[in-house]
Amino acid sequence: MGSTSSTLAKIPNAEDLMQETGFTPAHLVRLYDRFKVLDKDKKGFLTPQDFVAIKELAMNPICDRIIGAFFTSGGETLDFPSFVRILAHFRPIDKNRPKEPTSPDPINSRSNKLKFAFQLYDQDKDGKISRHELLQVLRAMLEKQVTEEQLESIADRTIQEADLDRDDAISFEEFRKSLEKVNIDHKMSIRFLR
Amino acid sequence: LHFNHLIMQTTTATQLDDGSMEEEIGELRRSHPKSLAGGDFTLCDAFYFCKKGIESIVEDQVTQRFTSEELASWNLLTRTNNNFHYISVRVTIIWGLGVFIRYCILLPLRVTLAVLGLSWLVIGTTLVGLLPHSNVKTWISDLIHVTCYRICARALSARIRYHNKENHPKKGGICVANHTSPIDIVILANDGCYAMVGQIHGGLMGVIQRSMVRSCPHVWFERSEMKDRHAVAKRLKDHVADKTKQPILIFPEGTCINNTSVMMFKKGSFDIGATIYPVAIKYDPQFGDAFWNSGKYNMVSYLLRMMTSWAIVCNVWYLPPMSLQDGEDAVHFANRVKSAIARQGGLVDLFWDGGLKREKVKESYKEEQQKMYSSMIVGQD
Repeated sequence: MGSTSSTLAKIPNAEDLMQETGFTPAHLVRLYDRFKVLDKDKKGFLTPQDFVAIKELAMNPICDRIIGAFFTSGGETLDFPSFVRILAHFRPIDKNRPKEPTSPDPINSRSNKLKFAFQLYDQDKDGKISRHELLQVLRAMLEKQVTEEQLESIADRTIQEADLDRDDAISFEEFRKSLEKVNIDHKMSIRFLR
Repeated sequence: LHFNHLIMQTTTATQLDDGSMEEEIGELRRSHPKSLAGGDFTLCDAFYFCKKGIESIVEDQVTQRFTSEELASWNLLTRTNNNFHYISVRVTIIWGLGVFIRYCILLPLRVTLAVLGLSWLVIGTTLVGLLPHSNVKTWISDLIHVTCYRICARALSARIRYHNKENHPKKGGICVANHTSPIDIVILANDGCYAMVGQIHGGLMGVIQRSMVRSCPHVWFERSEMKDRHAVAKRLKDHVADKTKQPILIFPEGTCINNTSVMMFKKGSFDIGATIYPVAIKYDPQFGDAFWNSGKYNMVSYLLRMMTSWAIVCNVWYLPPMSLQDGEDAVHFANRVKSAIARQGGLVDLFWDGGLKREKVKESYKEEQQKMYSSMIVGQD
């Protein structure tokens, strides 16, 4: 008879993964099944092509960036632990978790969620969103719908508002400040079970 | 907005508090220090797309339609036991008993019936084919067909309930239904005779097809003919024009879906100008899962699974006939019929094409998303 525990046994280092990411066994099993469904050729890892095969993702304007977030440092293979670690960013924040001053921030903390979003913009990972990078994201989200001039003026305006130290780029701190009233937990969290 | 509808549908699985693109981005912006109601880009807009992207990675509406529906409670079939823990010794014993009953008692009975039914069909239709063309011939042919399908239905332990029989498809019309498995044909043909449409196969299937066509007209195509849309349309038109011929049975989705949703209907059958008789088929998954996952199982293993389930229980609703309205094009008509079927069967009405099982998404979908978003940034033009 199939069961959660038998599938759990198939996942290497399940205990450590759960500890690290905060996923429950049911979550992990579901993600593992999903990983296997996405890995159509049964390679044991995922490639960017496997992600593009998801129709709803393929029609998302920032599809490439989202996929890029999984395949950091230009690698072409994604194993299950890495898959889960990235998705852990989108776990809802645990409101009941005791705040231990010495323990590191959980993956799904507000700060880490913001960092994840920041990285969608900051492609060259230099810690700042340059005007050029902002333009790229805008272009991806708007493509043929607006003119280049409109894109540039939007980019200029955005930087003007957020850029506090006037270095013509948005640092992580400025990013965070600009979004301090946004309910990050709600907007950057998803439910993992049906 | 059509795409608002799409966005709502794409997230029902993982998200309960979902909103349209405008609502979500609007909410994001309301909490932004500068009030930018009604336009302009803000850094948090990307969150919306990011979240949607991640949701689709965890669960998407298309892939899940091609795997069997999950059950809320176990029905003692190993194949549906994905998420249930080992429950107790007693349940295991009952399960074991179930296996014995299904494989050692029900299966041989069913296989025998199936063989009987199909032989009856082949022999009967061949014999009838020898008769000269007459009303009696048609009547006997119908009788043979229906009897065979009834035997086959017994072979599957199918319990079918037909609703609204007054809307039964009439001659000269086209019957369209949602597609879950080849068994759909048996289910529908138990209650009347249809002209089947399809490709001629080789082997046993081909023998059956060839003998069927001897006693009453079906529309079988050679593989090469299938590519020529006009030839196909012409043959269908000719068949429909002849009022003595049975209504044609077509499954416009073009592929098997798992009976939780209805996917895009191919417009070919809606272009012919005949009256459409929509039919909704809904299986009850508690007794046996009828969905044919053709990627996972071949025909034989699929039939084996069918014959070792408890039963196939389903409801068939005959919907009132529909025709092309003035000024309507085939695509719109097809969608109208699809919605009616989805509504009646309690299925999710998706605009996705079942062919996406194998193909890529068109660029135009991404452009639609961009268009929607841009109208929030720079206003409609």
